[in-house]
Amino acid sequence: MSTATTSTELRDVIIIGSGPAGYTAALYTARADLHPLVFEGAIGAGGALMTTTEVENFPGFPEGVMGPDLMDNMRKQAARFGAELVTDDVTEVDLTGPVKTVKVGDAVYQARSVILATGSKYRFLGLENEERLLGHGVSACATCDGFFFRDQDIVVVGGGDSAIEEAHFLTKFASNVTIVHRRDALRASKIMQDRAFANDKISFRWNAEVVDVLGNDKVAGVRLRDTQTGETSDLPVTGLFLAIGHDPRSELFRGQVDLDAAGYVKVESPSTRTNLDGVFACGDLVDHTYRQAITAAGSGCAAALDAERWLAARHAEHNAVVAAAS
Amino acid sequence: MGATPSVTDATFASEVLTSDTPVLVDFWAEWCGPCRMVAPVLEEIAKEHADKVRVVKLNIDENPETARAYSILSIPTLNVYKGGQVVKQIIGAKSKSALLKDLEAFL
Repeated sequence: MSTATTSTELRDVIIIGSGPAGYTAALYTARADLHPLVFEGAIGAGGALMTTTEVENFPGFPEGVMGPDLMDNMRKQAARFGAELVTDDVTEVDLTGPVKTVKVGDAVYQARSVILATGSKYRFLGLENEERLLGHGVSACATCDGFFFRDQDIVVVGGGDSAIEEAHFLTKFASNVTIVHRRDALRASKIMQDRAFANDKISFRWNAEVVDVLGNDKVAGVRLRDTQTGETSDLPVTGLFLAIGHDPRSELFRGQVDLDAAGYVKVESPSTRTNLDGVFACGDLVDHTYRQAITAAGSGCAAALDAERWLAARHAEHNAVVAAAS
Repeated sequence: MGATPSVTDATFASEVLTSDTPVLVDFWAEWCGPCRMVAPVLEEIAKEHADKVRVVKLNIDENPETARAYSILSIPTLNVYKGGQVVKQIIGAKSKSALLKDLEAFL
């Protein structure tokens, strides 16, 4: 882990975030000799793929690739061309002026342009007992915690691809995995649905939502409410895995960068330009439609090229002004 | 995973429980992405506060007994042991500044 060499220097570009979007933006800006400074984030370094298992749909890996390995490789590739990578969280930004300021605690960094790639974070149910029992049977990371639930009964909440992927993965350990979903049909893709229905360790509770998590010092069960009848029932399980989606990690930029109603950063699609001159955004922070590793990487590339061209245009303008003045 | 020394089921009592200085134990596994993220941060903290706290790691795959004894159900879990007792538990990967804040009492 490196720390930035200096804080007084005005950089060409700072990248906030990592994952496929951030690392691809870092790779492209590094290869363009822009010496990007990348704040990978401490918790989020590597992004959502750090908590996935096998990625089967990233082109170029016919046998699949482990999410964390893919991220390690992207990171190394960016570092090879001189991207400066810092594993810490940005705490404050001022992106509105011509010189952008990024703070990490007391350390201040400045750049002409900034690429935002902070991705998204897990959504929780928002229950008091869920928070209390987090790490004691409540988990948002099946790949981290599945191991601890060997031969036990557990619940996965959600109905999308990630819920099915988690449930499928968890059947390696658990004796039974119940998928609890608010609706009576899954949102997941056909291939994932087929996989779930073919797995005899996976069962379903349709039209149900988790309204409480039971247990003193670890999870002993969940309380479910039928969304049709309103009836509640308790399901004895030792694990509760959440896969109910993500929210964009955009709080840091609120009030400066235009966000949509759901908190995603607005860009002038198909470009990655935000409402602020010299500020670009990419990856899951922007995209609520596709949300794939490959689309995130693609938009990270676009953001790098947009920033590079924007800097070149600014540079040309600056030279013209200097020439006219002399 | 870097320079942090490892403890095992066999050495846990002598290395951790009977230690005179507080020991932070990082419960981790090879297949855990967030564990990979937090490892270099712990290395830095270990280096910067070597006089105050000892940082070690325990692979829960290879040492299930200790993980079970302390009811570890999520990794990374960071337990601080002092006088043979767990005096602090931190669950999940956090930033260096957040970890330093959590560990303030021991540094």
